[in-house]
Amino acid sequence: MKCQQCEKQAVFHITELETGEVREVHLCEDHARAYLNQSGAAEGGEGTSQPTGGALSVGQTADDLATLDRKACPMCGITFFEFRNQGRLGCAHDYVHFEKELEPLISNIHGSTQHAGRTPVREADAAGGALPAATDQFTAVIGLRREMQDAIACEDYEGAREHRDAIRGVEEHWLGGNVRGASQPRRDGARDET
Amino acid sequence: MGRASRVATGPAMRLDTLAGDVGEWLRGTGPESDIVMSSRVRLARNVAHYPFVSRMSETDRGEVERFLRERIATSPAGSDLEYIDVGRLEEIDRQFLVERQLISREHAEAQGARGVAIDGREQVSLMINEEDHLRIQCMHSGLDLRGAWEQIRSVDEQIGRVVPYAFHDRWGFLTACPTNVGTGIRVSVMLHLPALVITRQIDKVFRSLHKLSLAVRGLYGEGSQAMGDFYQISNQTTLGRTEEEFVEQVGDVVPVLIDYERRARKFLVRETQQNVHDQVSRAFGILRTAQTITAEETMQLLSRVRMGVLLGLIGDVNLADLNSLLVRTQPAHLQKLRGVELDTKDRNIERARYLRRHLEGGPPQN
Repeated sequence: MKCQQCEKQAVFHITELETGEVREVHLCEDHARAYLNQSGAAEGGEGTSQPTGGALSVGQTADDLATLDRKACPMCGITFFEFRNQGRLGCAHDYVHFEKELEPLISNIHGSTQHAGRTPVREADAAGGALPAATDQFTAVIGLRREMQDAIACEDYEGAREHRDAIRGVEEHWLGGNVRGASQPRRDGARDET
Repeated sequence: MGRASRVATGPAMRLDTLAGDVGEWLRGTGPESDIVMSSRVRLARNVAHYPFVSRMSETDRGEVERFLRERIATSPAGSDLEYIDVGRLEEIDRQFLVERQLISREHAEAQGARGVAIDGREQVSLMINEEDHLRIQCMHSGLDLRGAWEQIRSVDEQIGRVVPYAFHDRWGFLTACPTNVGTGIRVSVMLHLPALVITRQIDKVFRSLHKLSLAVRGLYGEGSQAMGDFYQISNQTTLGRTEEEFVEQVGDVVPVLIDYERRARKFLVRETQQNVHDQVSRAFGILRTAQTITAEETMQLLSRVRMGVLLGLIGDVNLADLNSLLVRTQPAHLQKLRGVELDTKDRNIERARYLRRHLEGGPPQN
């Protein structure tokens, strides 16, 4: 969703309650700051117009925010600061890792914090495994793939191969043989020598 | 022209041949199609074992594209679909798919490996590597949200059997943007509301829709301006209700809007028939005689003529032909139909020529 004031991505989704009417405002960080300063001044006091969504919540100090901004997902590596800037999360595990921080934002956007719809239809695949009901086993692969790349960058090919085998293990167990090669190390040096 | 390869069995489809026809959703045959142009449902899905699109490396992107393309091909849902490698298409072909609403503008403008699988009737489209790894869309002509939902539910279920969707018990289907999390569903109808615009009631209607947490957009989706009195109404939230409830949320409001528009049309005929007749006749006159015309003006005038036809003020044009002109006078379609690339000035001349030919001499041909 784009900012209502410019072409940037809207990362603040503010719900205003005005004399019983609900009004939604979607803004990028810069315009959100200007908007909140403006409405704070109009209301004659500081701290009266904290965004009901977004990354901030009432009572947070600048230090809290700085610490929060540095918090990074162990799987994809995205920091909360990067998410706040881009308005896009990095991987499925972010919903677990940043759950506490995302909760007020999601509550503000949707008016709910609990899924009530369908669940994926999982069934045995060709290899005889069943797709897992939760995504944990799969999101671990994202972290392993990143570690594999780091190992390659450090020319630790033995480590890279171990990571690759671990990735293959998960993929083949859950997905059958169709994904072979999809997660191979990306440089010649780390290829299986056997 | 980029590579168009087949996902599974089905008729070979090339973009050039598509240009001569329009998708099912524009045929003007569905329920309430005098006001409801189309009904659309889309689902946002991600695979669990790769980062979301904005965080993917180029290699990840290629692997996800391949993984989904191959998995879709193995599912029954893929058997009637044609796969188009959007990453290899030229700009005009990407724009062509946007104009047919088979891919989003963002998908057209993105970089790297990406594709779309579409069925021959252009009702189903599966975008790979859009904002999410997979965006499934079903579009039906007229008011048929139920039909679009049933179709997409089936497609999603079949793909979900072979693709490990990112899913969380509390948050539902996990999406790159938290605004889509939960069901990942966007239910929308495209409405033609010229009488509400002319009678200046449209803003009041939109304010009411916002109160119901419904979004209003222009013809070509997010961020686009409404052109030619065509508006998309869709749900804004995706979490906390079932998919059927979101379908109902949008579906419940449509009959009310249809009623408002019909009343406004009756009012126009009753109170200002001469003015309305004059407006639609002038619009028709310009479209039949202009020597150069922009896409925006064309859309606006076609909208008025469409209303004139529905009010019985213009007799010699049918609805399906007008609907078809809405798409075929778009920039990429014009160029593909002509078979040459044209700059803006020449496009405006070609558009006017195309309109003159098709509105003077009966229904549009290729």
